Amino acid sequence: MYEILEKEVLAPTITKLKVKAPMIAEKTKPGNFIILRVDEKGERIPLTVADYDRETGVISIIFQEVGYSTKLLGKMDKGDQIQDIVGPLGHHIDLEGYEKVVLLGGGSGTALLYPKVRGFYEQGAEVISITGARTKNLIILEEELEKYSDRLFIATDDGSYGHHGYVTDILKDLMEKEDDIDLVVAIGPVPMMKAVADMTKEYGIKTIVSLNTIMVDGTGMCGACRVTVGGERKFTCVDGPAFDAHQVDFEELMNRLNFYQNEEDLVHDTAVEEDK
Amino acid sequence: MALQKKKTPMKEQAPEERIKNFNEVPFGYSDDEAVVEAERCLQCKHQPCVEGCPVHVPIPQFIQAVIDGDVEEAGQILKSKNNLPAVCGRVCPQEEQCENVCVMGIKNEPVAIGRLERYVADYNMERGSDKSSAAELEKMKVPELEGRKAAVIGAGPAGLTAAADLAKYGLDVTIFEALHETGGVLRYGIPEFRLPKKIVDQEVEAIKELGVDIQLNVVVGKSITVDELFAKGYESVFIGVGAGLPRFLNIPGENLNGVYSANEFLTRVNLMKAFKYPEYKTPVVVGDKVAVVGAGNVAMDAARTAKRLGAEDVYIVYRRAEEQMPARSEEIHHAQEEGIEFKLLNNPVAIHGEDGRVARMECQQMKLGEKDDSGRRRPIPIEGSNWMLDLDTVIIAIGQNPNPLLTSNTKDLKTKSWGGIEVNDDQQTSREGVYAGGDVVTGAATVIKAMGAGKTAAENIKNYLLEKSKK
Repeated sequence: MYEILEKEVLAPTITKLKVKAPMIAEKTKPGNFIILRVDEKGERIPLTVADYDRETGVISIIFQEVGYSTKLLGKMDKGDQIQDIVGPLGHHIDLEGYEKVVLLGGGSGTALLYPKVRGFYEQGAEVISITGARTKNLIILEEELEKYSDRLFIATDDGSYGHHGYVTDILKDLMEKEDDIDLVVAIGPVPMMKAVADMTKEYGIKTIVSLNTIMVDGTGMCGACRVTVGGERKFTCVDGPAFDAHQVDFEELMNRLNFYQNEEDLVHDTAVEEDK
Repeated sequence: MALQKKKTPMKEQAPEERIKNFNEVPFGYSDDEAVVEAERCLQCKHQPCVEGCPVHVPIPQFIQAVIDGDVEEAGQILKSKNNLPAVCGRVCPQEEQCENVCVMGIKNEPVAIGRLERYVADYNMERGSDKSSAAELEKMKVPELEGRKAAVIGAGPAGLTAAADLAKYGLDVTIFEALHETGGVLRYGIPEFRLPKKIVDQEVEAIKELGVDIQLNVVVGKSITVDELFAKGYESVFIGVGAGLPRFLNIPGENLNGVYSANEFLTRVNLMKAFKYPEYKTPVVVGDKVAVVGAGNVAMDAARTAKRLGAEDVYIVYRRAEEQMPARSEEIHHAQEEGIEFKLLNNPVAIHGEDGRVARMECQQMKLGEKDDSGRRRPIPIEGSNWMLDLDTVIIAIGQNPNPLLTSNTKDLKTKSWGGIEVNDDQQTSREGVYAGGDVVTGAATVIKAMGAGKTAAENIKNYLLEKSKK
């Protein structure tokens, strides 16, 4: 069992939990993820480690409530126990060798982006961060990103904060004006990552996306997370989660992410019944 | 008394009933049935059955104890060599091992050794007398090893066996398991109707009572490395992480929704209990028409599971012929009884979808040609014979490779070209103090072979540690 030490609601439906997990805190690097099971009957869900403190043995996870399990996790409080957490899993991201990096986070994807922003910044690269959401109160981690970015841009779909429009507008503008960008990292909804990939391909800039596929074990055992990258089958859990954006088959990825939509709705409806 | 030529039958659930539930299929012997069967044993002097058993259970002795009515003693005899008798009595391929060499089997059916093993193990489990006796434990104890630390990676059949023996020698044993439950393939792979999980729980409990500490949710290679285990004071490491990496067919359409690896399908149902969905939150989708590609035990398990989840038409699609199917005949028989349809000599060449989901599988008919390297007649495609099988779900059960997560993160550990760990006859790897056994060495094989390797490794770890402390 893993104890929740702190809980912070970052935005409506986006929550940060600090959890005691010394073995995981000891080993995590930017890009690694964990798999957790809220309770005895829970699913195994993958979540990125947003932050870690090797001294205190505490990890932070940030998640958006999108399905039954994340909603249940969102209901948990300081002092509650999470049944299982395993990690760090996946490959960490290679931070070395880049001088100027643009990192884009869409919605809760910003939580996954944050450790990479910090990693590149601490590595000495020039870091430009772009975060976007539907509306102002869904913008998260602004302070943290500010701290570890040379420049920070914000975009909202409704124009309530920062640029009125998409994160990709800002990226396009940057690529037009600055020709020394080494690397683009994009994490967020699949359509956003695909849009970024299409755009950077034109400019010939290396681009990395981090995929959030369906997983069961997270150790390469089941293959539920398989994606096509450069025409080859890859397992997101052990070969990823980060891949070359220009090689990823996003159409297939989107299709696979929707596989359990009916079942997800059923569990949700059952849970609503139980709440009544 | 006239000689009983055939095995005493074991009662089981009728097929039309059992396809509606996940309860175990055979019921096991009653006390009387067990004695009748035990009396068929000829008690031969040269005991070929003991040689036929990968862990050398003194089979005639335990059977004699059953005849004598001392089932507890029979249990102790089993436990002296086999740390998981209730599991082995159910899933061992006895027909290829002990029963294959049974003298009774030359002219008649062999003694039903597996059924008797199951009877003895269950009898003692029910009465709480399934733990090794104090006398037996005293006999195995090695004073020089007391309190020294040994690590075991993986809580499957190989790891559990190695850990149990190491603990019996007096070592302070820790098992590191990647999943949130113990048992490995016994938990995620073999279905409830063939191996009830409460049996696995009880076998693991007995091993814990020997003093073995089990740490779940630890992925060695990721959470901690083999080098770090040594740095933490473990003097030896046993690797029993199995063959977990699923193979795919590499045909078009394999990433459509509705295509599962057998590992994923069975893990969802067995480990995550998707058969109790939505009470348990992990879903599995089967639809009405399911094809399982492959004809090994895992394929039979997947097909029979799909049937129980409500699929109407379940097919086994296999590119070779009936006599070449690798599954145990008992499992094939059970699958046939349950209405699984066998589409043999058919090779899947593509999976076609509609709206991103499986709609049908294109199969090519095959015929048998000359023998290949494996000694089996090679299947040859028949030109122009392609046909379509309408489907909702495809489950790929064509085997697994070793998972590279540990080996690729462990320095100086030699592996074979296909990823298996290299070991010598003592199960020792290329690294001092590191031993390995089970599927990670052999590729996907059987529970009992993994247990045999775990046992051999434990004994050699004991010798290694004794030798080491003399230096």
